Amino acid sequence: MLPQRLIESLVGLFLIFSLIALSVLAFQVSGLTSLFPKQSYVVTADFDDIGGLKVRSPVKIGGVQIGEVAKIGLDPVSFKAVVNMRIYHQFNDIPDDSSAGIYTSGLLGDNYIAITPMYNTTFLKNGSKIEMTNSAMVLEKLIGQFIYNIKNGSDNGDKKDAKQ
Amino acid sequence: MIDRFSMVGHWGIDNLRCFGKAGILFYRVLFYAPNFRKGFPLVAQQVYSEGVLSLLIIIVSSLFIGMVLALQGYHTLAKFGASQELGPLVALSVVRELGPVVAAILFAGRAGSAVTAEIGLMKATEQISSMEMMAVDPLHRVISPRFWGGFISMPLLTIIFNATAIYGAYLVGVKWLGVDAGIFWSNMQSSVEFHADVVNGILKSIVFGIAVTWIAVFQGYFAVPTSAGIASATTRCVVYASLAVLGLDFVLTAMMIGEW
Repeated sequence: MLPQRLIESLVGLFLIFSLIALSVLAFQVSGLTSLFPKQSYVVTADFDDIGGLKVRSPVKIGGVQIGEVAKIGLDPVSFKAVVNMRIYHQFNDIPDDSSAGIYTSGLLGDNYIAITPMYNTTFLKNGSKIEMTNSAMVLEKLIGQFIYNIKNGSDNGDKKDAKQ
Repeated sequence: MIDRFSMVGHWGIDNLRCFGKAGILFYRVLFYAPNFRKGFPLVAQQVYSEGVLSLLIIIVSSLFIGMVLALQGYHTLAKFGASQELGPLVALSVVRELGPVVAAILFAGRAGSAVTAEIGLMKATEQISSMEMMAVDPLHRVISPRFWGGFISMPLLTIIFNATAIYGAYLVGVKWLGVDAGIFWSNMQSSVEFHADVVNGILKSIVFGIAVTWIAVFQGYFAVPTSAGIASATTRCVVYASLAVLGLDFVLTAMMIGEW
């Protein structure tokens, strides 16, 4: 049996070692940043259809992440989706007539919000609302429209043939 | 015919008594905890013998599990041109499932069996009854420190297991197969969540730690005090602990996927 003092220090080493492993897991593996939240302000936008947007989906300008989706709700009157976005404080010079759209990264990737900046000299601030929005492009709707168009096109062609 | 029925009934009542005894033991270990000043050195000794001495098998096996996962995952993902997703694949499967489960099963084999054998031998050589004769409660002196030692070491071992497995995957994926290091880590960070994945994995390991040490302590304390009895108690400890870990894992995963 080892002396008690040595055992206790070995156990202490074990504890420290596992704490280091935990911090590696937290910061290197899961990229934990919510312990030290970045300074940010909240901007809302109403969308007709948000598709597969989720809380913590990224908000981007020109592909660069400038914030994330904080909350998604439903407007009880207009039945539009109300999306609250948390935008990092360092990006505090976005014109307030910018438009927001929901896009998909890659063919089957996740949804994100892209903000297209315009030219106003007043900027978005905490609580302000983005008025111009583009809804998510839902693949099923698109396919539906496409099939509908093909059908109509071929019907018209038949009628033309019949007339001739 | 009646004999058969009575045998079934006897077997059932025996099992029921086993569960009852296990429950009482668990209750007494939990609520008659040793006082801090006297119990601390005993618990530290047990953390040493159950945790520190298990480090070797945990580190080596986790390193190889991470390496194998990366190797297998890379060749499958490369078929779909998705080898940049290697990081999330390895990290999620290790942190959510493989880490807690494999660490618990290794812990049952390495530390649980030792605890059972030690307590069983103490019982066979009548050390436990002589403690009672000296008015030393064997639950305080022997059982409780072993339980708390395992309870403390299990999550720590799991955390170390997770970290080294991901390091093993990094070695194979980045250093050997040539996945870009930045993509490996950034994809991992964007898809692993601390609360939903890492913390839930650690919660699992805490539950497994309780289950494994409870079974080990129970099997040792109620072992038949002969050499054959100790042998079968040790076997049962490892088998039951592994089964309990796998079953509990399913239940816990179902709970965690349903967001509690």
